[in-house]
Amino acid sequence: MALLQIAEPGQSAAPHQHRLAAGIDLGTTNSLVATVRSGEAKTLVNKAGEAMVPSVVRYTADGIQVGSAAQAAAVDDAENTIVSVKRLMGKGYQETLALAHELPYQFVEQAGLVAINTVQGVKNPVEISAEILATLANTASETLGGELNGVVITVPAYFDDAQRQATKDAAKLAGLTVLRLLNEPTAAALAYGLDSGQEGIIAVYDLGGGTFDISILRLRRGVFEVLATGGDSALGGDDFDQALVTFLQQRHGQQALSASARRLYQQQARAIKERLTEHAQTTYDFTADGQLVTGVVNRTDFTDLITGLVKQTIRACRQTLRDADLTTDDVATVVMVGGSTRVPLVRQLVADFFASEPLTSIDPDKVVALGAAIQANVLVGNKAEHETLLLDVIPLSLGIETMGGLTEKIIPRNTVIPVARAQEFTTFKDGQTAMAIHVVQGERELVEDCRSLARFELRGIPPMPAGGAHIRVTFQVDADGLLSVSAEEKSTGVQASIQVKPSYGLSDEQVASMIRGSMQYARQDMQLRLLREQQVEAERVLEAVSAALNSDAALLDADELAQIRQSLTVLQNVKQQDNTAAIKAAIEHTNQLTDEFAARRMDKSIRLALQGHKVDEV
Amino acid sequence: MNYFQLFDLPAQFELDLTELGSRYLALQKRFHPDNFAAGSERDRLLSVQQTANINDAYHSLKQPLLRAEHLLALRGLKISNEQRSFTDPVFLMQQMELREQLAEVSAQVDTEQAIADIEQQLLKQRKLLLNALHHALAAGTAEQDQVAAELVRKLKFFYKLQQELELIEQQLQD
Repeated sequence: MALLQIAEPGQSAAPHQHRLAAGIDLGTTNSLVATVRSGEAKTLVNKAGEAMVPSVVRYTADGIQVGSAAQAAAVDDAENTIVSVKRLMGKGYQETLALAHELPYQFVEQAGLVAINTVQGVKNPVEISAEILATLANTASETLGGELNGVVITVPAYFDDAQRQATKDAAKLAGLTVLRLLNEPTAAALAYGLDSGQEGIIAVYDLGGGTFDISILRLRRGVFEVLATGGDSALGGDDFDQALVTFLQQRHGQQALSASARRLYQQQARAIKERLTEHAQTTYDFTADGQLVTGVVNRTDFTDLITGLVKQTIRACRQTLRDADLTTDDVATVVMVGGSTRVPLVRQLVADFFASEPLTSIDPDKVVALGAAIQANVLVGNKAEHETLLLDVIPLSLGIETMGGLTEKIIPRNTVIPVARAQEFTTFKDGQTAMAIHVVQGERELVEDCRSLARFELRGIPPMPAGGAHIRVTFQVDADGLLSVSAEEKSTGVQASIQVKPSYGLSDEQVASMIRGSMQYARQDMQLRLLREQQVEAERVLEAVSAALNSDAALLDADELAQIRQSLTVLQNVKQQDNTAAIKAAIEHTNQLTDEFAARRMDKSIRLALQGHKVDEV
Repeated sequence: MNYFQLFDLPAQFELDLTELGSRYLALQKRFHPDNFAAGSERDRLLSVQQTANINDAYHSLKQPLLRAEHLLALRGLKISNEQRSFTDPVFLMQQMELREQLAEVSAQVDTEQAIADIEQQLLKQRKLLLNALHHALAAGTAEQDQVAAELVRKLKFFYKLQQELELIEQQLQD
């Protein structure tokens, strides 16, 4: 270990430091945090010694509880104790009403989005999820002895743009830097793939508490490609529990239940399900709403109850294989993820369908978090050389509304991301200066059957005769699967301004005001937070440009080089002071000076990447 | 943007797909946003744009039809997004017959055989057209480029029919 770290001015010592990173599996039922230490991924335990933290948040008159403590109160204080909040992420108020009769919460509308009325006032799913994330991150920083530099958070492959955005907002609210949102099955494959180093087609069957995902991956020359994803965002072990609850309610003639009795039934059902994994039959004995509920359940009873649900997952497997142009014969390995894959019927039907015994050597509850930790360790920069490349796809098609309420697909599902596609629009009236565009996500023909993502208004189009203006709208999806849109009028080059109105997401201002309003930051100085953000960005710029100069200064002439060096010295100095605006200006100045340099380096990199490739061939 | 240049490949219709694939992966490995996850905002933005370009280029060169369109666009003949109707009566008649066959698939006793029959016809036509496209594009004259453009327009119809056939097949299986 180095006793002294010597850094030249404008040259950061940071690359030599081990940075703290964690992988977070933000699950419907349980959440976990893991990190890589001494080259090995391990889940971290909280003060109570638990690795699996129940994804439950309870609001009390004088505080917030997360995890087991919250879950313990779930029966007695059902209205203020939110379980399975992940199901509500990025959801609109109207679409959640269908679920309302099964859930004991007081739902309210918050700018079209769903929120829950608690004893501490109205809380939305982003705020509730942020509590879980903050708790997990806290466990990590306490265990690792420092603030986290970044996290990788996993999401179901099926999550649409609004749900991914909500997850990222929750991380922001919890004060975390997100290195990447990673699909859960991809994370699981990463955990297994690095361990075994095998090649071929892998099917990841992920049956969690609230979601089912099937992903078909190809692992080849150290590259993961997601060939197709499918599944059902509203099917999981919770539904097995619910089937048992309904069965028991009928058996014991308890149709109408109080909120707490309903929760008790759910807890008992889950326990019965778990016991039936080991035993052919089990007994139960509890009191709900004053009535004694007791009896015996056989595994065959349970199998009858859930066969339909499990077969639904097999149908999704078949469909997804078809999307990937593959048959079960092509699949070399099947990976099992999620606690519900412990159910014997699930293992049996999956093994039957793929005609091969699925992999279960890594704990199915932990495998996703472990994979996320491995990826976080790479992305934060602790590994000099990138060994694996994760190519991901967009899970649902992106389209726009056209005449008659029909969708026109712009980016079809399973397109490799990042991706940018441009679409041209024209005006249909003389002198038209504005235009509305409705972006939707989904596979169906009709707009009303798809998910409304956002409505854009293009303004400032130069007035021209009808059909004269050609507006080029570019839809860009980044590596996290998040959409951004830009527009330009082609003949005049006028940048049309865009007003984004997310249908189900929160606007940047809303997120900012939530941060200001949250308990967590009420005590902190908002100014300090902004300053810290700019300082971190300044450090990143210094580091990036210094590294670029070290390798590619030859691409610059003496004058350019001197100017850039000068701007780095200024940035280095300004960074130490506490003037947020000055730091921001210095960063912008450096960026401006290095724009051309960055472009030249990009060209050089492309040539080198291909040249290295050609050398390999010889 | 010249996609052939991006992959440092000759701008021609003949293409070694394995070679394209490995060059694509080499570029992805270098530019993917994951390389810049802890980097500055500008670097991350550049990387997203660059990778999007690489993905688009790969997507366009991989498929014969899009590759031909791109090649023609480089030669100054832009045919994507154009609105144009066909006047070739033989081709139109052939299309109508194929569409009728498609519409009648579900009424057949042996639907699988009916689908296989149509698939054979489509495959045969595509091969013929692709072959002709090869020759036309290799000639490299303005006149032959026009011929190639017409062939691309026709091929589009056959790819569309293929998609519809697959949709019908799926619906019958479900």
